[in-house]
Amino acid sequence: MADFDPIAGLLGGVVIGLAAVFLMLLNGRVAGISGIAAGAFSASRGERSWRLAFLAGLIGAPAIIALLGGSYEMPRMPSNWTLIVVAGLLVGVGSRMGSGCTSGHGICGIARLSPRSIVSTVLFMASAVIVVAIMRHGIGG
Amino acid sequence: MRAIVSFLCGLVFGCGLLISGMTEPPKVLGFLDVLGAWDPTLGFVMAGALAVTATGYAFARRQFAPVFGARFEWPPQTGIDRALVVGSILFGIGWGLVGLCPGPAIENLATLSPEVIVFVLAMGAGMALHGWWQARTPTAGGADAATAIASDG
Repeated sequence: MADFDPIAGLLGGVVIGLAAVFLMLLNGRVAGISGIAAGAFSASRGERSWRLAFLAGLIGAPAIIALLGGSYEMPRMPSNWTLIVVAGLLVGVGSRMGSGCTSGHGICGIARLSPRSIVSTVLFMASAVIVVAIMRHGIGG
Repeated sequence: MRAIVSFLCGLVFGCGLLISGMTEPPKVLGFLDVLGAWDPTLGFVMAGALAVTATGYAFARRQFAPVFGARFEWPPQTGIDRALVVGSILFGIGWGLVGLCPGPAIENLATLSPEVIVFVLAMGAGMALHGWWQARTPTAGGADAATAIASDG
């Protein structure tokens, strides 16, 4: 439990929740990032602008944190390009096929007690845990 | 106005991800690594986000319409089908391989990290591939592209 930080986790979670609630109360939309991203390029013209605006805000957030004096480091990524491409493809195909990702199913869906979202979250959590177990501990690999 | 609200919500959402540390792939992988030095932080992020979202959504349910929109676009309650199961498992495998899901991946584009840019391009290609496959076999997913975008999130 080297980096365990429950306060930062809870606080960040509350802020994420506030963003999801305000997007629904003000615009009537679910804060599912994979759905927003996919629709930003394929939806009808009237549907595109709010999606692109949300993504722009998401990318702009590190600048706000930096202005407030917070630190923001380069994300530590694997050096294996094949692994990065395969993972990206799987995240892209899987989130569309399953109609959601960590935010859409894991937060917005479970908050509504949607059975689809509960099933999806259990499945993606379980498969991710198994993948990490194989990669780091060689279980079954 | 809707675009301004969306931009601000994206900004707040991104700040939440940063505060929680979830933009860092090793933090996410630390949560998924239940056999190693388990880091439960992501569980606390989920708990905080769920408590706020569940309360706020319950309040929204009692409102007639959103402030800047005709109606609340709640995802339709459809059944649990094969696409949901297979898609979620594929998503989980990709998530576990690198520790990035769509939100933190897109937010991390701000660092101009070549690895993140390649990941997001591959993710976009995966989304496009699924859209192309669904358009080709309209019955396979049981839904057209527009419905697929609207569902769940």
